Amino acid sequence: MRSVVEETAIQEKKTLGFWIYLMTDLILFASLFATFAVLRGQTAGGPGGHDLFDMPFVLLETMILLTSSFTVGLAILGSNRGYKKQTILWLIVTFVLGAAFLALELSEFSYLAAEGNSWQRSAFLSAFFTLVGTHGLHIAIGLLWLIIMVIRLVKFKFRQTDLNRLALFGLFWHFLDVVWIFIFSIVYLIGGMA
Amino acid sequence: MKKPLLETRHDEVRYTSYVVGFILSVIATLIAYFFVVNHLWPKEMLMYVVLGIAVLQLIIQAVFFLHIGRGSRLKLVTFVFAIIIVLIIVVGSIWIMHNLDYNMMQMSPDQMNMYMHQHEGI
Repeated sequence: MRSVVEETAIQEKKTLGFWIYLMTDLILFASLFATFAVLRGQTAGGPGGHDLFDMPFVLLETMILLTSSFTVGLAILGSNRGYKKQTILWLIVTFVLGAAFLALELSEFSYLAAEGNSWQRSAFLSAFFTLVGTHGLHIAIGLLWLIIMVIRLVKFKFRQTDLNRLALFGLFWHFLDVVWIFIFSIVYLIGGMA
Repeated sequence: MKKPLLETRHDEVRYTSYVVGFILSVIATLIAYFFVVNHLWPKEMLMYVVLGIAVLQLIIQAVFFLHIGRGSRLKLVTFVFAIIIVLIIVVGSIWIMHNLDYNMMQMSPDQMNMYMHQHEGI
């Protein structure tokens, strides 16, 4: 049996490893942001951000994601105190909010594509779909992770590894929230100005 | 009071930290949204204000949600390093493309011809 001190040291290393992965992911998003910033005026005669974006809709998406970032924090607090039911409840709330966000984003995408403004329309739209779509993909993977974690928590006893995984998931989810803040500000607010 | 199922170490992540972070983020988002929807300033100015609020939100979330600065010192170091790389990529791309490629950024074909005529004598 390893000592608690050793256990904590190992966990700290794992957290750092995951954190470094997140930072490389941040650089991936940075290159997509740079591409978008360069191409945002290249609409090839097609519609620009101002014609396409529905501001109240995007604000709703943002609020849903912000709230889910908060509820995942509550789940982590619950797990730190050792309350299993509370943890599962908040994780499910997070899942519902995340799924709602993804559904809204997909409905926006399908609406744009149905109007003939898909990623093939212009360089601006290619950059838009790549950037926002990559974020959406991360959210989808996060939801999958969330399902697996909830199933584990329901089926098995609460263990230290569950706490550790939950902490990593929290980092991942907060990170996606931060990326979305920048998508909201740069793509939608600035890109949507007349 | 219900007994916890698992004995855990001291509760280091504080409840208030999340509540404060959440409230500040919501306020910042609403302020940015309000500014843009009501066109409070000219476009250029508004752009910098929105970017400023976004950076403010990054700091809020980094402190209250991601808890940078607590725990491993390397976490802070890698974060700062990543931010530097991000700035080089984003600012560098915009700068270079703006300067070098006439076909990029906000210039219509007519403006581009005019620009090339005036500056390059083509």
